Amino acid sequence: MTNQIPLVDYLVLGDEPHLVANECTACGARYFDRRNACASCGGSAFAKAAIQTTGVVKAFTIVSFAAPGVPVPFVAAYVDCGGTSVRGNVVNVEPNDTAVTLGMAVRLTTSVMGTDEAGTEAVSFGFEPITPTAGEAAA
Amino acid sequence: MSADDIWILGIHMTKFGKHTDLDLIDLASEAALGALADGGVTMAQMGVLAAGNLMQASAGIGQQLQKQIGQTGIPAYNVANACATGATALRTAIMAVKAGECDMGLAVGVEKLSGAGLLTGGSRRPDSDTWQPSGRYGSVASIDGRIGTDIMPGVFAQIGMEYGHKYGGTSFELFARISEKNHAHSTLNPLAAYSKRFTLEEIMGDIMIAYPNTRPMCSANCDGAAAAVVVSDAALQKLSREQRRRALKVSASVLTSDPYTEGCQVLPDVNTLTRNAAAIAYEQAGIGPSDLDLVELHDCFATAELVHYDNLGLCEPGGAVDLFNSGATWRDGAMPVNVSGGLESKGHPIAATGIANIWEVATHLRGEAGDRQIEGAKVGLAHVIGLGSACGVHILEKASV
Repeated sequence: MTNQIPLVDYLVLGDEPHLVANECTACGARYFDRRNACASCGGSAFAKAAIQTTGVVKAFTIVSFAAPGVPVPFVAAYVDCGGTSVRGNVVNVEPNDTAVTLGMAVRLTTSVMGTDEAGTEAVSFGFEPITPTAGEAAA
Repeated sequence: MSADDIWILGIHMTKFGKHTDLDLIDLASEAALGALADGGVTMAQMGVLAAGNLMQASAGIGQQLQKQIGQTGIPAYNVANACATGATALRTAIMAVKAGECDMGLAVGVEKLSGAGLLTGGSRRPDSDTWQPSGRYGSVASIDGRIGTDIMPGVFAQIGMEYGHKYGGTSFELFARISEKNHAHSTLNPLAAYSKRFTLEEIMGDIMIAYPNTRPMCSANCDGAAAAVVVSDAALQKLSREQRRRALKVSASVLTSDPYTEGCQVLPDVNTLTRNAAAIAYEQAGIGPSDLDLVELHDCFATAELVHYDNLGLCEPGGAVDLFNSGATWRDGAMPVNVSGGLESKGHPIAATGIANIWEVATHLRGEAGDRQIEGAKVGLAHVIGLGSACGVHILEKASV
C-alpha cells in the first residue's frame, strides 16, 4: 500500500478520516495548531479532541484571484462542525453562489494532493455537500 | 473641556494615489510639515514623534523623517500595527502628551503601495520534493488555497458572509451597493486616489477577486501619508485665538486587540475588538452613536463596511442591512459613513489610513470640507482595523477652548 501523509498534522487518516484539535484541559478551547499556552485561559495542558466530520457552512468566498500556482476558482469556507469552527475548502461542487449557499450541510472528505520523490502521497481534506447536487442526482 | 483633554492642533494628508516622483520620506515630510503648518507650530515645539509605516517597519522611518524636517533629539517611536498603524502612531503621541511627558507631539503615517498586488497570499511556496511536516500545523506543503484562503479579499468576504449567515439579508448586490455609495462619495474628494462613480452594474460586472468582492469593492493600494499634531489642554490655552478656534478635541482615543473567541483561529474575529473599542470610546467621550454627525470606518472591502455598522453601534445588533437599505449611510442620510470615499476609492496606503480618516473627520468639524462638507458637523468617529488584530477608534469633537 502506498504510504500516505496528511497535509497537516491535525488531519487523521485511516478508515475514518477526521480532524483532531488540541483542546485546553482547563477551558475546552480548541486549536488546530501547536500552542504554548491557551489563548483563552492561559492553561498549558492540552488533550487531543476529535472533531465532528459533518458541519454547516457559516461563511464562504469563491476565490477567483490568488497566488500563481493556486488553481482558481475555488471555494474557501468557514464550517461549524458541532460547535468547533473549521477552515477548509468546499469541494466536489460547482464554485458558484447557486451551488454553494450559507447554511449548507457538508461533510469531511479527503483527496490525494500529490506524490513526492519517495512515492509518498500527501492527503488533503475539504468539505463536500451532504445533499447530492442536481447534476449528481441526474447522473 | 478639562485639564486632561488632548486636542488635534494641526492635521494634514497628502493626495492619495501614485506618487512616482516622491519617495516614502518625501511623502512623510509633506504630511508632517503640512500638519505643523496647519497647527501654526514648528518641529522645535514637538516633544515626541510617532512614525507609522508597515511595509518597511524595520527601516527607522521616524529617524529618517527627522533628517528631513528636524533632528531635534526628541524620542521617536517607530510604529507598526497592521492596518491600524496610523491610529497606533497617533495614539502613541496622545499617550505621551496625556502622560505629561511633553506638551505637543507629532504622529505620521506613510506608505508606498502603488502597484502592490495581494498583500497576503500573493505567492505560494512551491511544493518540496519530499513531504516533510513543519510549522505549527505540521504541514507538508503550503495550505493557502488548499485549506481555505489567505488573501484579504477572501478573508473579509467571509467576514461579511458570516454576518449574512447570522442575520440574513445579505447578497452580492447588497455588498456591491455599499461600494456604489463609497465610489459616489469619492467624486467630491479631490485627495482620493480614485474619484470615479461606478454604476451598480459596473461594480458587479467587474473582475471578481473573491466573491462577493469584485475589484472596485476592494481597497485600493496606493501611496500616501497623513500627519497630526496633538497638544495638551494647558499648552493650547497659551496659543493664539485662531489656533484655539481650529483645534479639535480628542474626545476618545482607544486601541484594542482581539480577545479570544471561538473560531478566531480559523477566521479572524474583527467584530469583538471593534465592539470593545467602540464601547470604550463612547464611554470616554460621554456620547452615544446617535450623537455622531459622520463616521469614517474601515471599509477595506465592501463586505467589511457592513459588519462595522453593527460593531460601531450605528444600528441595533443585526440591523446593519436595514441601516444600509434605509439610505442612512449615504452622505445625505442620517448617519453618513465614509463621505471621503472610503478605502475603496480614497485608497488605503496602510499606515496613512489611520490618520487620514481623522483628517477627514477633522476637516468636516472645522467646516473646511468644501463641496463634500457635512453641514453643521460637530462630532465624528474614525475607525481602523488591522488584521491580527488591532482596532483603533478615535472620536473628535468641535468644542470651544
